[in-house]
Amino acid sequence: MNSNPALVVKDLSVVFEDDNAELQALENISFALRAREFVCFLGPSGSGKTTLLRAIAGLIQPTAGEIDFRFGRPPKIGMVFQQPNLMVWRSVLDNIKLPLELEDVDKNIAEEKSKELIDLVGLNGFERSYPRDLSGGMAQRVGIARALIHDPDLLLLDEPFAALDALTRERMWGELSNIWQAKRKTVVLVTHSINEALFLADRVLVLTQRPGRIKLDLEVSLPRPRADDIRYTSQFGELAKKLRAAIE
Amino acid sequence: MMKTFFTRYLGIISIVFAIPIWQLIVRLSGLPKFILPSPLDVYLRFVTAVTDGSLLIHTGHTLLEILLGLFFGACFATILGYFLAKSRALEKILAPYLVASQAIPIVAVAPLLILWFGSGLAPKVLICALIVFFPVLVNTIVGVRAVPPALYDLMKALKATRWQILFKLELPASLPVLLGGLRIGATLSVIGAIVGELVNAKQGLGFLLKVGDFQYDTAMVFVAILMLITLALSLYGIVTLLEKKFLKWMK
Ligand SMILES: Nc1ncnc2c1ncn2[C@@H]1O[C@H](COP(=O)(O)OP(=O)(O)OP(=O)(O)O)[C@@H](O)[C@H]1O
Ligand SMILES: [Mg+2]
Repeated sequence: MNSNPALVVKDLSVVFEDDNAELQALENISFALRAREFVCFLGPSGSGKTTLLRAIAGLIQPTAGEIDFRFGRPPKIGMVFQQPNLMVWRSVLDNIKLPLELEDVDKNIAEEKSKELIDLVGLNGFERSYPRDLSGGMAQRVGIARALIHDPDLLLLDEPFAALDALTRERMWGELSNIWQAKRKTVVLVTHSINEALFLADRVLVLTQRPGRIKLDLEVSLPRPRADDIRYTSQFGELAKKLRAAIE
Repeated sequence: MMKTFFTRYLGIISIVFAIPIWQLIVRLSGLPKFILPSPLDVYLRFVTAVTDGSLLIHTGHTLLEILLGLFFGACFATILGYFLAKSRALEKILAPYLVASQAIPIVAVAPLLILWFGSGLAPKVLICALIVFFPVLVNTIVGVRAVPPALYDLMKALKATRWQILFKLELPASLPVLLGGLRIGATLSVIGAIVGELVNAKQGLGFLLKVGDFQYDTAMVFVAILMLITLALSLYGIVTLLEKKFLKWMK
């Protein structure tokens, strides 16, 4: 595996200030992501996982510390938010197409690419539907397709599968794994699910209760591709136990 | 089936019934034509006004004032409204003037504007623009402020430019409210044009109103009023069509 760091986060702290109250969301977070690494963040609610992704995406200014990208160019980011975050005035197809529109990609190419992604997330027949006609899980899949369409260097996924039913979720794990294998993107995925983390990640980082600090940095050296029955292996069980202990 | 047919055309049916009732009232009351003309009188006056070409000229003139006023008023209000929505400081600075300007009845300043800008097209367009300005401004502010912050995050994460954020997020997201403002503005613009023309004009439906009144040509006054209603309804209808076209997703 390529071991050049692609993203270096150093002593990152984020403090929110409203009026006179201060709230420290993240404290001295340091880690480095290797290029094409798949990293999962686990942590209790309020531990600052979303805040960390937002800082990496440049949506909030860190109070202290640095976020350093080493992709050789400003990285293209694909982001899936905790909420689907769709434009209600755009159809499913047009929502998925948005990142390509912003890059001024040729219309026909964009259309074709969108259809591929619709296929991937299993929304065939809903191309022309509007977000208000979608279920929560379907809307989230639109968000996932939109994050992938412009072939980003860095994928930031904030509990992307939380709203999906178990069956679709596990199918999406497989798809995400395949995409990552094929395109070798760097992925940061936030999740509450230990299973999800161990199915997908090269490495799992666990955050503490607020203020979020890194409590555990665990290599996941399970063989790939990971099939459904991997969860019954002793290696999986041991890793899961370590993570569970770290999360409290 | 019968019932839905009935409710759908209830508006038209009510008009169809109103005309004979109006005719009947004129007949029974025996009021002279210059006080209350009958529908037939109004229709005949309408036909002469159309055939001698005067109605077209005057309606066209008023329509021109309305369209220019609506255009300039709405454009300026939308642009200013956008900046006010973006900057609390600017809003605080301008708020007292905007509220005060709203407190002055347009009828009261119309003579002043005519005095300053003469009796031509310009002052009427200006009055029209002023009356359109406020509702469009307020709706622009409300609409732009209501754009979901999470969608700004999305656009920023995708490194969208300022213009892309404007045209692909802010404009479409606030369009329902913007068109709502335009709908109100469109109806008000007709009032604006007439107020200007009533103060001083040599052309336009307001001029026809005044002349009709002056000459006891009451049927003419009715014709002018009906034309104004037609203009207002048409503008309203156009905005509704725009809504149908651009807001398909709402339905
Ligand atoms: N914009 C903000 N202003 C003020 N406080 C904030 C803001 N965003 C997040 N916080 C606070 O920072 C802390 C961390 O929030 P964050 O959303 O990052 O948690 P999380 O780990 O993603 O939680 P969850 O698992 O529930 O999504 C919370 O206490 C939250 O209230
Ligand atoms: Mg979160």
